[in-house]
Amino acid sequence: MGMTLAEKILAQSAGVQHVTEGDVLEAKVDLAMSHENAALVINQFMDIYQGTDLKPNVWDPDRIAIVFDHRVPAESSKTATNQKKVRGFVEQQGIKKFHDVRGDRGGICHQILPEFGYVHPGQLVVGTDSHTTTHGALGALAFGIGATEMASVWALGTLRVEVPKSIFVNIYGHCPPGIYAKDIILNLIGKISSQGANFRVLEFHGEAIDAMSTSGRMTLCNMAVEAGATAGMVQGDKETVNYLIGHAGLESIDVDFPMADYDAVYTERIDINASTLSPQIAVPHAVDHVCPIHDVEGIRIDQVVIGSCTNGRIDDLAVAAHTMRNRHVAKNVRVLVFPASWKIYREAMDRGYLDALTNAGAVIMNPGCGCCLGVHQGALADGETALSTTNRNFKGRMGNPNAEVYLCSPAVAAASALKGYITDPRNN
Amino acid sequence: MAKVVLKLEDDVSTDVIYPGRYMATVLPSETPKYAFADHAVFNEKLNQGKIPAGSILVAGLNFGCGSSREQAASCLQGHGLIVLAKSFSRIFMQNAVNVGLRVAVVSELEAKEGDELELAPNRVTNRTSSRDFAIQVLPKAYREIMEGGGLIAHARKKLLERTHRTS
Repeated sequence: MGMTLAEKILAQSAGVQHVTEGDVLEAKVDLAMSHENAALVINQFMDIYQGTDLKPNVWDPDRIAIVFDHRVPAESSKTATNQKKVRGFVEQQGIKKFHDVRGDRGGICHQILPEFGYVHPGQLVVGTDSHTTTHGALGALAFGIGATEMASVWALGTLRVEVPKSIFVNIYGHCPPGIYAKDIILNLIGKISSQGANFRVLEFHGEAIDAMSTSGRMTLCNMAVEAGATAGMVQGDKETVNYLIGHAGLESIDVDFPMADYDAVYTERIDINASTLSPQIAVPHAVDHVCPIHDVEGIRIDQVVIGSCTNGRIDDLAVAAHTMRNRHVAKNVRVLVFPASWKIYREAMDRGYLDALTNAGAVIMNPGCGCCLGVHQGALADGETALSTTNRNFKGRMGNPNAEVYLCSPAVAAASALKGYITDPRNN
Repeated sequence: MAKVVLKLEDDVSTDVIYPGRYMATVLPSETPKYAFADHAVFNEKLNQGKIPAGSILVAGLNFGCGSSREQAASCLQGHGLIVLAKSFSRIFMQNAVNVGLRVAVVSELEAKEGDELELAPNRVTNRTSSRDFAIQVLPKAYREIMEGGGLIAHARKKLLERTHRTS
């Protein structure tokens, strides 16, 4: 019996020939990522060593990445103290994949890992962040874990995993103008619900995926968790090689990527025709409350957020800049732009995107997660409505349980920012 | 016997259980203060000690969806609460097991606030409605960690075993 892509990677990580759904394995971790919550991981890690005469040293400092992104620069003395504690640990343990609050190598963790060439096809990647699923875009099996689980990984280098079932998602056809990866993933989540893929892996295939950039694949896999999925995955291909060599700057890469077997067993198959999609919107307060834009056109908005780990890459900023160039953000609308990394920030500056966006009235923020989860800048007032390219619209998400968040693509966000209400970008 | 102190709908996210703005607070000794912080009435009762340990939250499907923040599990554990849900999100379930929050999957459960429930290892009895509901058996990997007193103790044991094997 053949294996799915996730099964192939887990078999390899556990050092066995064959695995099947439900097997419980001790799998070797290739990359373990944390952000500010490394402060809690350190606490739990030290706790593991309590009462032993062992020295608390991580299993492999080269396989640990720590990226400050949730509250940068620190918004409070508490965060600053947590960050200081993490810096000390990084120094003491010799962790080199550390990305502090810096304009040369900082950014959002899910952008930094691929951008710096840390993620490769076939790896097992875990992170103390639910959107670690993003890295499945490069053919890795990547998922979020809690802080105590991470402390255990830091100590042991392995993770107890139950082999999940996989769902075969076939995205056929081609995205028409104005339709992006974001619309595909929102449509899928709306179809299968926020728990439709619970404890399962979404394995993406089809001609729309073949034609999609790594950036678009990252948007897809980023939001796989919003359908409850353990991971979202795209098999490594020519595009992946081009990304790793052309963008991430690797000199070479072993292209013997693991692939799903032709006779792999999937629990379900889902087909989506990209050619017939319209822009998709997730309405408050659930990511699976998805409708075509037609149903919500005209809803007034107070704040537009463009960017984040979901949609803060250069192609996303290009769409926003082209839409907003030589035009103006509507009165009483605030537009906040969060590039996913400083590398993207600088590239957007070089290409004139930041100029176009700020001239239109947008504010460029430093790369970070804070606004998306309501912890740092961009909070909403009671009764306000935001339209955002981020990944969650749960009650209270943008810092206020009495506000509402709609989710969309950068094209919808930019076109709507100019009008002051939700607008179909294809009519612009 | 324990009382249902809160009845929740499907898809309760970790943003509701432990709002993001308190995420700079990480220690399990400090997180309980912010459990359901945006649910002011319930949060106040918890913090005033009006809800005894062993009280029960009853939730629908997909409890704990969203963020991987472990605070969402540790804040409930700190109050000694028990969560019975029709299903849990993967990360929340694992976090609960790891930090020792008592959770159980009871897919058919019918209970409302104020009901008195009796918990046995594989069944819940609603004494108020006199009805029994089966508790789903957890995967072996979870049970090992729960029975071993949480993941920290479990990892410590594994670490010591490995060290002794190699030395």
